[in-house]
Amino acid sequence: MCLAIPGKIVSVAGDDPFTRTARVSFDGVIKEVSLAYLPDARVDEYVVVHAGFALSRVDEAEAREVFEYLAAIGVEGGEGPEEPR
Amino acid sequence: MKYLDEYRDPAAARRTLAAIRALVTRPWTVMEVCGGQTHAILKYGLDQLLPSEVTLLHGPGCPVCVTPAAKIDRAIALASRPEVILCSFGDMLRVPGSAIDLLSAKAAGGDVRVVYSPLDALDLARRERGREVVFFAVGFETTAPGNAMAAYLARRDGVANFSLLVSHVLVPPALEAILSSDGCRVRGFLAAGHVCAVTGAAGYLPVARRYRVPIVITGFEPLDLLMGLHMCLSQLEQGRAEVENQYARVVREEGNPAAQALLHEVFEVVDREWRGIGVIPSSGLGLRRPYEELDAERRFGLEELASPGEPASCQSGLVLQGRLKPSECGAFGKECTPDHPLGATMVSSEGACAAYYLHRPPSPDAR
Amino acid sequence: MSDFSASCPAPIARHERVTLAHGGGGRLMHELLSGVFLAAFESPLADRDHDAAVFALGRGPGRVAFTTDSYVVRPLFFPGGDIGTLAVNGTVNDLAMAGARPRFLSAGFIVEEGLEIATLERIARSMQEAAAAAGVAIVTGDTKVVERGRGDGVYVNTAGVGTVEHNLRIAPASVRPGDAVVVSGDLGRHGMAVMAAREGLGFESAIHSDCAPLAEPVLALLEAGLEVHCLRDLTRGGLASALNEIAKASGSGIAIQQQALKVDGGVRAACEMLGLDPFYVANEGRFALFLPESQAGRAVEVLSRFQVTAGAAVAGRVVPTDPGRVVVFGLLGVARLLPMQSGEQLPRIC
Repeated sequence: MCLAIPGKIVSVAGDDPFTRTARVSFDGVIKEVSLAYLPDARVDEYVVVHAGFALSRVDEAEAREVFEYLAAIGVEGGEGPEEPR
Repeated sequence: MKYLDEYRDPAAARRTLAAIRALVTRPWTVMEVCGGQTHAILKYGLDQLLPSEVTLLHGPGCPVCVTPAAKIDRAIALASRPEVILCSFGDMLRVPGSAIDLLSAKAAGGDVRVVYSPLDALDLARRERGREVVFFAVGFETTAPGNAMAAYLARRDGVANFSLLVSHVLVPPALEAILSSDGCRVRGFLAAGHVCAVTGAAGYLPVARRYRVPIVITGFEPLDLLMGLHMCLSQLEQGRAEVENQYARVVREEGNPAAQALLHEVFEVVDREWRGIGVIPSSGLGLRRPYEELDAERRFGLEELASPGEPASCQSGLVLQGRLKPSECGAFGKECTPDHPLGATMVSSEGACAAYYLHRPPSPDAR
Repeated sequence: MSDFSASCPAPIARHERVTLAHGGGGRLMHELLSGVFLAAFESPLADRDHDAAVFALGRGPGRVAFTTDSYVVRPLFFPGGDIGTLAVNGTVNDLAMAGARPRFLSAGFIVEEGLEIATLERIARSMQEAAAAAGVAIVTGDTKVVERGRGDGVYVNTAGVGTVEHNLRIAPASVRPGDAVVVSGDLGRHGMAVMAAREGLGFESAIHSDCAPLAEPVLALLEAGLEVHCLRDLTRGGLASALNEIAKASGSGIAIQQQALKVDGGVRAACEMLGLDPFYVANEGRFALFLPESQAGRAVEVLSRFQVTAGAAVAGRVVPTDPGRVVVFGLLGVARLLPMQSGEQLPRIC
């Protein structure tokens, strides 16, 4: 259930917090989504989107944590996310 | 894709599997709750790569599978009314109610439309003032906030020709129901990451404590699932029963407060029937005052619509509770296949039976 | 504590009416074709296992290939093409899949009352451009008009004839265990290009349909003397449907490697967003080729000379096990079944 994938906010529009939207890019594919549940979201941030709503920001530090955990249990070689530009 | 592909690295996955093999000293049974997690496990074959001590059971985390047949019958009844445009997520279209599915209702002349977001249905209502737009609002806590927003905006903006057919379900009560059933073999859970992105970890602490089971909030990619499993199995090996968060890059401890606030504004907790399981008290969401006027069952007088009882002989209920593996069902792959399904778990591609069927290991000589 | 009772919905009985799923390119469509139409049409030439009928006409030594197809795409215009380009290339490609040189097309139009003439002109121009690019001539046709509300704008049917200049039997029956499976390029462009333009589900992207004629590279394979066993263009239902059709018709199994199949980044992202599997998404300028493994390298080399097949690669093998089934070896080396879909793939949130 709950297919939600991460994308990058390219632009934000709207003054009404309930109808504020963002154009989110998934590898170049851009979809307009509701930002009503992420009122502080800004351009260039990554968010996960489900059924047209951005539900959460992706935290870069926590994203790397996965690979630190794996390294600690003896798993080397996995590459973390690319360095942010 | 960033924040997706890195978690699909095959080499890291294989090494994590090795770490899991080194970790376990005795048999453990773990349940992953979410249909999306089941799908990934079977797509990548993780269950076949795990050591034999680890048994993965697939939980009822498929809102499509657990939507009662009677509710689908009501959606069909609505779609058959000439003034109604019935909007739905694509997932629901091929799930049979008591007799037919929404796609067949469309073929028979019903105006059924697939939407990506509930706001698309609301926009349709704004444009088609002469029609009644009903949105089939199903899903777990991940989907409920979006549906709540559609209801909120409809009321705020006076979109009188919009209503919702609601069938929302909550995860923690389902876990409790599973844990308290006879013959429950589950010793730990991988909780649904996107549900928790909305709810946070709070609802799981009482479950972990009361039943002494570790619960690890887990993502959906192979490395997430394997890391979540490793965390869960570590707890089991150490005799701990805590709530941990593997999916911390998306899930905050407190969840999404804005989404929770609107859920409380629009919905209230109600008893809900789970297809294949039965009624679980306080396990669902219904529209609360003053949003009841947006309830399609009320608006169209469907509350008393009788549904023929469901025939017995399918075991999807046991599958949903993790008490039976699809491959252990006598009808699996024979009378029951995705083409002619006996139960909702075979119709929905997220259902455990369909996922098993799709990914059923073929003969080993194929390579 | 709740009392659980196992219960289940009733199975859907045999369909009494046509549903959209019957047009999806999957199992239901095949059941419709064989159960209704082929059951009624008695010609042994109506080989449901293949795209075009091949037969001798008149007293000359050569054979002719003949095929037809109808086009009902919505929207009519999409990035990379329109219903006209589809109608020409689709039929050209059905002929190419028989190893024929496409020569002549007919074009029939069912037009909805109210459609702008300018739209028809645009479609007709597209068709002529596509025909010229494919080396065929549109030589006959027909037009009918239906009442407003009954036509989706316009439906197009094209039929085509071509000459068969080789002596091979290019058909599923010629497929042998051990044959290589070559896929001519990346997957899913057409379906996602059309989806991007659909109302409600739409999104902005640079995805273009891969709609293109395939006769030239196929004829080059034949000219190179390669022993082509079977060809199948990938259309509705995607790679999975085409391979399943061949597996079922040939009675062999097909095993493919996920890593060998290419999906463009944008197509993949759009699929991830809507919950669609690229293996089931429509293509309009791609095909699968079956030939002896020893000739696969040469085939890829010949195909690499043409832009439309520049991405060709060996994707897998025909195997004696799992007859009639298609198996994919995934990223972690575990095999899974790739079944025939029953109907069209729908976007999902689950």
